Amino acid sequence: MIEQFQAPFGPILKIVGKTIVLVGDDIDTDRIIPARFLKCVNFDNLGKSVFEDDRKNLKGKHPFDLESNKGSSILIVNSNFGCGSSREHAPQALLRWGIRAIIGESFAEIFYSNCISIGIPCYTLPKKIIKNIQENKNEHFYEIDIKESILKSKVFNLDLQIKNSSKNMFLSGKWDATSTLLENANLIEQKLNDLPYTKFNQSNELFETI
Amino acid sequence: MSKDTLFDKVWDLHKVSSLPGGSDQIFIGLHLIHEVTSPQAFGALKDKNLKVKFPGRTVATVDHIVPTDNQSRPFKDNLAEQMIETLEKNCLQHKIRFFNIGSGNQGIVHVVAPELGLTQPGMTIACGDSHTSTHGAFGSIAFGIGTSQVRDVLATQTIAMNKLKVRQIWCENKLSHGVYAKDLVLHIINRLGVKAGVGFAYEFAGPAINSLSIEERMTICNMSIEGGARCGYINPDEKTFNYIKNKLCAPKNENWDEALSWWKSLKSDANSIYDDVIKFDASKVEPTITWGITPGQSVGINQKIPLLKELSPNDQFIAEEAFEYMGFKPGQLIKDTPIDVCFIGSCTNGRISDLRVAAKVLKNKKVSQNIKAFVVPGSEKVAKEAKIEGLDKIFLDAGFQWREPGCSMCLAMNSDKLIGNQISASSSNRNFKGRQGSPSGRTLLMSPAMVAAAAISGKVTDVRDFM
Repeated sequence: MIEQFQAPFGPILKIVGKTIVLVGDDIDTDRIIPARFLKCVNFDNLGKSVFEDDRKNLKGKHPFDLESNKGSSILIVNSNFGCGSSREHAPQALLRWGIRAIIGESFAEIFYSNCISIGIPCYTLPKKIIKNIQENKNEHFYEIDIKESILKSKVFNLDLQIKNSSKNMFLSGKWDATSTLLENANLIEQKLNDLPYTKFNQSNELFETI
Repeated sequence: MSKDTLFDKVWDLHKVSSLPGGSDQIFIGLHLIHEVTSPQAFGALKDKNLKVKFPGRTVATVDHIVPTDNQSRPFKDNLAEQMIETLEKNCLQHKIRFFNIGSGNQGIVHVVAPELGLTQPGMTIACGDSHTSTHGAFGSIAFGIGTSQVRDVLATQTIAMNKLKVRQIWCENKLSHGVYAKDLVLHIINRLGVKAGVGFAYEFAGPAINSLSIEERMTICNMSIEGGARCGYINPDEKTFNYIKNKLCAPKNENWDEALSWWKSLKSDANSIYDDVIKFDASKVEPTITWGITPGQSVGINQKIPLLKELSPNDQFIAEEAFEYMGFKPGQLIKDTPIDVCFIGSCTNGRISDLRVAAKVLKNKKVSQNIKAFVVPGSEKVAKEAKIEGLDKIFLDAGFQWREPGCSMCLAMNSDKLIGNQISASSSNRNFKGRQGSPSGRTLLMSPAMVAAAAISGKVTDVRDFM
């Protein structure tokens, strides 16, 4: 785990660090952070509990416990990573452990959007290439160039896939959406007034601004 | 690209702007919050010095952490108490309606909003909970969001999102006797897989869907997310409108007429275009049970758990993991698997109609020895209605424990948990490793009727044998 947690902030142009490999399809958010750790009112202490049950089960042999993986920041996973619950605690726990980018065959949708919202780019690669990375213990990747979507090793580079909208957000630093959304305050007011159901729910006290 | 589907219409109606990155800014008509995914969002508002933009458009209840045995305050669990206190404080400070324990309207957020008439056709609905897809049963476009997006909705009433593709899941014929919406949706997820829905909204349609009650439709839409689809919906019809009518927050008088005329116009056009269409024959679905560690790993009651070679190469990896975790052998029958715990409840199957179906099976029967069986009504309203109908007594007489409303052992954030490698028959929605509170606990998902049948016989049983 990293000593002093610093949340990502502003434009993200590159991510530097070792890769850590986690093998398995359909790794759900209950496994990433079991529900009992959701009893909290902030995300501060989640880093140490990431994959808690899987790690206990493997008695020190889980990738997140291996000495050689300490300080890693680029997580390599298989397909449908982060399926299940919408808990943002899952990417927050990974972030606090030290993960800054994830590369996998595919991601669950809410997990993906949670990652983007907190500054963790998620990239996809074909199954075969992921498998090669997972099996090749000698090849160490160490940098992601966000603008070019390239994963670099000392020997060769790999082209990564990411949604353009996500990539642009990281490059511009506007991946934390609130301020962008607030820029359209007038349009939001107008939309509220234009919606058919605003009118017929008007006498409904639950929909009235108190 | 889809065109003229209900999804397209509701999306376009709520689109505020196209954002520079390529996603859309979507207005959220109804925002639901609960104690688990909201505190950090309120914290972020505070950090950014922002207010809640339209407090009247957010409604809160408490469900995930509430104990179901003794709900007196303070809760025995300090952390749970801290979470409910934080929600109370945030709602008070930001003037957000909060249906607290004892209000008569508390319960699982996806049970509460529909029964209050808050969930309406044509709305966009968001909540920091993946099972928000439930509300799609009313022809609303509803999806789960993370805490950062909860913050965005609180601050702006909008979120940034990429438009989804639309897959129509057409279900022919009707479900046969003793087969329920849960069986159908488990069957669909089994055939399509748990990630087929990524990037899609699922439109459930066809005679089998039309014949379902609104609460059964909620069960279907609820589990869209288990098939990877963030959003699932059903075009609204007379059943939808009748369900909403006279609910506490339903439009009244001339507003009702206006609502009705708009709602009736809300459906996918006959010649609408879908990104994909898949057909199922509902009459062929059997009572369905999961055997593995994803909701897609299921079989019909009379079928064998698949052999590895019968599965597609992509499904074999997770199947091997499931065999190891569950202790099942490939080719084994699921029927007669001994059960330790029976759980009826959750946002999937904790509504009054679910309790009625289970009670009918349990009437004049006894829970098998050594089985711990408990029922957790989805809301205070469901509990009240069940008591009026005498369902609580049927459950108690059979040997079930009758609990207070909450999410309970669906995700086991309270003290309702499996112990060790206990195996549960559960009416909930997820059979992930450790989901029900024990890192080695095992979950078999099934319909409430099938849970009731398992409780009586102490093992996985075809509920149709009791009918």
